[in-house]
Amino acid sequence: MASTLAELEEMQREAAKGASRASGGMREVTYRDALREAITEEMDKNPNVLLLGEDIGAYGGSYVVTRGFQEKYGRKRVIDTPIAELGIVGVAVGAAMAGLKPIVELMTINFSLLAIDQIVNHAAKIHYMFGGQFTAPLVIRTASGWGQLGATHSQTFEGWYAHVPGLRVVMPSTPRDAKGFLKAAVQGNDPVMFIEHSLIYRNRGLIPDGEYILPLEGAEVRKEGSDVTIVSWSRGAILAMGAADELEREGISSEVIDMRVLRPLDIDTVAKSVAKTNRLVIVEESWRTMGLGAEIAAAVQEVAFDDLDAPIGRVGSIEVPMPYARNLERIIIPGKDEVIQAVKATL
Amino acid sequence: MAKTVVMPQMGYDMDAGTLLRWLKQEGDTVERGDPIAEIETDKVNIEIEAFESGVLRKTLISEGTTVPVGEPIAIIGAADEVIESVNGVGAPAQATAATAPEPVAVAAVGQAAEQAATQAPPTASSAAAAPPAPAPSATNGAAPAEAVSGERLRASPLVRRLAAEHGINLAGINGSGPHGRIVKRDIEGLLTGARPAAAPTPTPAPAPAPPAQPVAPAPAPVVAPAPATAAQPVAEGELVELSRIRQTIGKRMSQSFQNAPHFYVTNVIDMGKAMDLRKQVNADLDDDSKLSVNDLIIKATAMALREFPVLNSAYIDGKMQRHASIDIGIAVALDGGLITPFIPEADRKSLGEIARMTKDLVGRARSGGLRPEEFTGGTFTISNLGMYDVESFIAIINPPQAAILATGAVTVDPVWNEETQTFEPRRVMRATASADHRITDGAEVARFLQKLKSLLEHPMALLVG
Repeated sequence: MASTLAELEEMQREAAKGASRASGGMREVTYRDALREAITEEMDKNPNVLLLGEDIGAYGGSYVVTRGFQEKYGRKRVIDTPIAELGIVGVAVGAAMAGLKPIVELMTINFSLLAIDQIVNHAAKIHYMFGGQFTAPLVIRTASGWGQLGATHSQTFEGWYAHVPGLRVVMPSTPRDAKGFLKAAVQGNDPVMFIEHSLIYRNRGLIPDGEYILPLEGAEVRKEGSDVTIVSWSRGAILAMGAADELEREGISSEVIDMRVLRPLDIDTVAKSVAKTNRLVIVEESWRTMGLGAEIAAAVQEVAFDDLDAPIGRVGSIEVPMPYARNLERIIIPGKDEVIQAVKATL
Repeated sequence: MAKTVVMPQMGYDMDAGTLLRWLKQEGDTVERGDPIAEIETDKVNIEIEAFESGVLRKTLISEGTTVPVGEPIAIIGAADEVIESVNGVGAPAQATAATAPEPVAVAAVGQAAEQAATQAPPTASSAAAAPPAPAPSATNGAAPAEAVSGERLRASPLVRRLAAEHGINLAGINGSGPHGRIVKRDIEGLLTGARPAAAPTPTPAPAPAPPAQPVAPAPAPVVAPAPATAAQPVAEGELVELSRIRQTIGKRMSQSFQNAPHFYVTNVIDMGKAMDLRKQVNADLDDDSKLSVNDLIIKATAMALREFPVLNSAYIDGKMQRHASIDIGIAVALDGGLITPFIPEADRKSLGEIARMTKDLVGRARSGGLRPEEFTGGTFTISNLGMYDVESFIAIINPPQAAILATGAVTVDPVWNEETQTFEPRRVMRATASADHRITDGAEVARFLQKLKSLLEHPMALLVG
């Protein structure tokens, strides 16, 4: 894992470029540090907050988010678990029902498949099935992403969880959102799938000084524009910004929306933008079939049909298991060019 | 009730047509069957006839515009009929073309003005007074919302909503989106009230409604679409668009020459007896029925093909399609192109019938009066360049046909006579068949030419075949 991590971080450096310097009331941190701050602030404040996961204690976490936490908070609050995802989430659901605030780390979203019964059939339904007498307010942190991780470790399953009533699904793309959302997730009363991205941990961004919290809902307009709306989330939103910059140089003005929260989906913000631009392109790193992009497209045309001047464009990855070879991987995952092409197709 | 005239489909593969010129102007009375416009298809120019009597109330596209088949191009209605939701039609003309309202505000008012101007018999003076203000051309077919029925328009949901809100008739607006979809930029000029030409978008919105031009002295029809053959000064390096017919010929001939492996077989035919026969027969015929050499060749070819059904068939997707009748196409040179009307069942027609039909078809081909069904089809083609003193040449097969016959002029050649052991002057013609090697071979084509030769050298057979 370590060598892969080094490579991942190498790949991120590019994306991290161009982040602005600290200014009044704000400071610049990495995505990873934003997560660390959120966890420590919540652990400092609330003794019921505890961490569970594989290699999160002594090793410091596969993506180094929890390094040093075990020394600081002890083995009772930072628990290295066996490699047994179903058990980890099951324990956390029970702990949450009993009043604790577990933050589970599942090494990657690929391994969450082993825990999907606990997530979908238990965490998501406790509140409903017990008529509100019990809730399961746990937070499951996990990482999406790719980067020569092979067919079984390079998947993007946020859509699977966004499908399920009873869950909140968050996928922040900036340090500011990462910290504000994670604190809200810990303080809130709902089970939350908090999905990070392995390729943006080193990205830098400004966050407010001091404590702040962001409600777990609502998309955000990252860039205003007039010709087309590009919607994405997580690393896709960063990709969309890059594409928008390039399009701007060609005289095409794009509005970029970061969905940020995937359940509940903020279609309103997208629809308002489409009312202005009349065109929409959705970018996802996942397979398009049955994906979030399909849901967003369907929901947008329901409310904004009469604002559309072109069919809604979708950009996704090629529908094959991810090859290990880097050159092939680059072909599978959508890049800036594909986004630009999709935008031009709507014009 | 106003009726819409749409771009007709002339021939099954026609998907768009170009309006060459209006033969009637807005406000003209038309009788059912009157030609109202001339259109250019891939092959020929055709006149569109009114299918109903009334007044040509509105022309929806301008001359030179190409629109898809089924697209409304004009509206015919009663003279006093209020065409629904046209602002101000029938109302007193509050503005006239001559007073030219501010260009920015013309969308609705200018529309009415134009209507009024064209409705009233336009006097040369009132229209001519307008030249500095190009306003009347602004209206972008923003006319009736409902009057036009028929073909479904392709328009984005946004455009449909805006059209409803602004009372814009989408019929007649050319869509610049995929598949001709009308998108927002196509109607933007109508929304802002700005003239389309002044719209900031790079794609100019088409202006289908022809300007209320000074109709004064010279009615249009005299001006032909000027085939590029006239001796005009040539601008060095200038790139000129190919005409539709040129494009079509290019496409079909490239396809044929690239896909069909051509081979060529030439035979020399003694035409002496045929020429004598022709002279003899023509002596008793009026001009309309006189036989040409070509008519003899058509008849002989058709009769010869009876014995060579393969050469009268078509190669289609790896299969050979046979034809029940022998329909001989004749290549007719046009200004800037070529067309092949055909004589159906030529083998069963008398030479006289063939002669009369050929004259008629060639005449109408040159005047642009052929109907699509007269040149779409044909099972075998003859191309004759004899009239240009060509000795022999080879032709490209007219796809999907199996072969084509290229004939040259009848020349006087010295021919060796075995019996007299001398050279004799003989009237001979060289006939070269190009054939598709995928369905036939050299020997078969050679035998066909032998048969043709035999028929033309013993031409009495042509009279009884």
